[in-house]
Amino acid sequence: MAAEQAKVDPMYQFTIKPLGGSESWELAEGFNIAFTNSALWMLITTVVLFVFVLGGMRRELVPGRWQMMVESFTGFIDNMLEANIGKAGRKYVPYVFSLFMFILFANLLGLLPLGVIGIHPFTFTSHFTITGVLAIISFSIVLIVGFWRHGLHFFSLFVPHGTPLPMVPVIAPIEFISFMVRPFSLGLRLFVAMMAGHVLLEVLSSFVIDGTNAGAGFGLLVGLPSFLLMIGICALELLVAGIQAYVFALLTSLYINDAENLH
Amino acid sequence: MPQIAQLAETWSSQVFWLLVFFGITFFVIGKGMVPKVMDTVAQRDGQIAADLAAAKAARDAADEQEEAWRVKENENRAAAQAIVAKAKEEGARKSETKLKAAQTRIDKKLADAETRIAEARTAALAEVEAVAVEAAQDIVKTLAGVKVTKPVATKAVKEQMAHG
Repeated sequence: MAAEQAKVDPMYQFTIKPLGGSESWELAEGFNIAFTNSALWMLITTVVLFVFVLGGMRRELVPGRWQMMVESFTGFIDNMLEANIGKAGRKYVPYVFSLFMFILFANLLGLLPLGVIGIHPFTFTSHFTITGVLAIISFSIVLIVGFWRHGLHFFSLFVPHGTPLPMVPVIAPIEFISFMVRPFSLGLRLFVAMMAGHVLLEVLSSFVIDGTNAGAGFGLLVGLPSFLLMIGICALELLVAGIQAYVFALLTSLYINDAENLH
Repeated sequence: MPQIAQLAETWSSQVFWLLVFFGITFFVIGKGMVPKVMDTVAQRDGQIAADLAAAKAARDAADEQEEAWRVKENENRAAAQAIVAKAKEEGARKSETKLKAAQTRIDKKLADAETRIAEARTAALAEVEAVAVEAAQDIVKTLAGVKVTKPVATKAVKEQMAHG
């Protein structure tokens, strides 16, 4: 029996595996760019997103369903940027749209129940190397735009409007720290949310498997409720996938607003 | 936790491929396709706005024409009423003139007739007097055998007739 013991490791799903070997991809010492399952799902995300947006490029006066869907996404990002930044926000639509859709599609594709046919989706947004890089890109844009538009005056961001002069030495470091924490909170939030959801689903599925293996009684008592809970959590995860992509894009646009308009 | 356990060996691959595919997403989809999609939306919005403006202009023109038509209609009605009033007045005046002329004629006829009646009456009275005088003379001659002169008889008859 011991050899057949099902062993579910909730963290195994996050393992990165090189697909075509990793020896020939070594560019320099410690710098390996092997094409991994993570990279494969980035490729799939890019292709699916490309096909999705391509379907909205028919440019008809009266849009079909697909075109309508794509246009409502671009309109959604456009409205968000205009509401948060104003007219100047328009020029960030390509970046924020790419960011939002890339994260959204990655999250949703990672949730696809393809495991039943043997393909295991990989949610690369559950890796802080990925979310961190995206956060750093957003943060860099904020810094570049801020210093480009306002020069050294950008530092006045750390002194909120109407601060009494004696309070400035106290407020400014706090503001500075909260500013510098932004890329970390931005990257960690998405990574943690995605990882937590997938771990939770995996743990519950191990309850189902182990409970059912332990006999019909345990299967009914533990396995069935866990399975029902999984269904609910799956719905919740779909929601989280959208919300986290939205939060990432929204916070990016809020930070860009600071850089565009200061306070 | 593979994210940390594999960090040293996989971070470069993760960053590299993310930059590759997110770069493709940004430059091809974000920069290349999204502006076209938004352009289509803007075009459609523009077309709708233009159509609405054209419809509004057409409605305004229709309102204007209706207003002009109403003014003209009112003018026509006023003119027609003026003509009717004038015709009425003229008719009234004409009939009044005619009535007056007819009245004058009738009055004149009446006056003539009265004159003639008066003449006839006077003549008749004179005749009756003459007859009465002669009769009185005859009656007196026959009854009393007195011959009464004409002036006396006439005087007596006149007295009697005046008393009725």
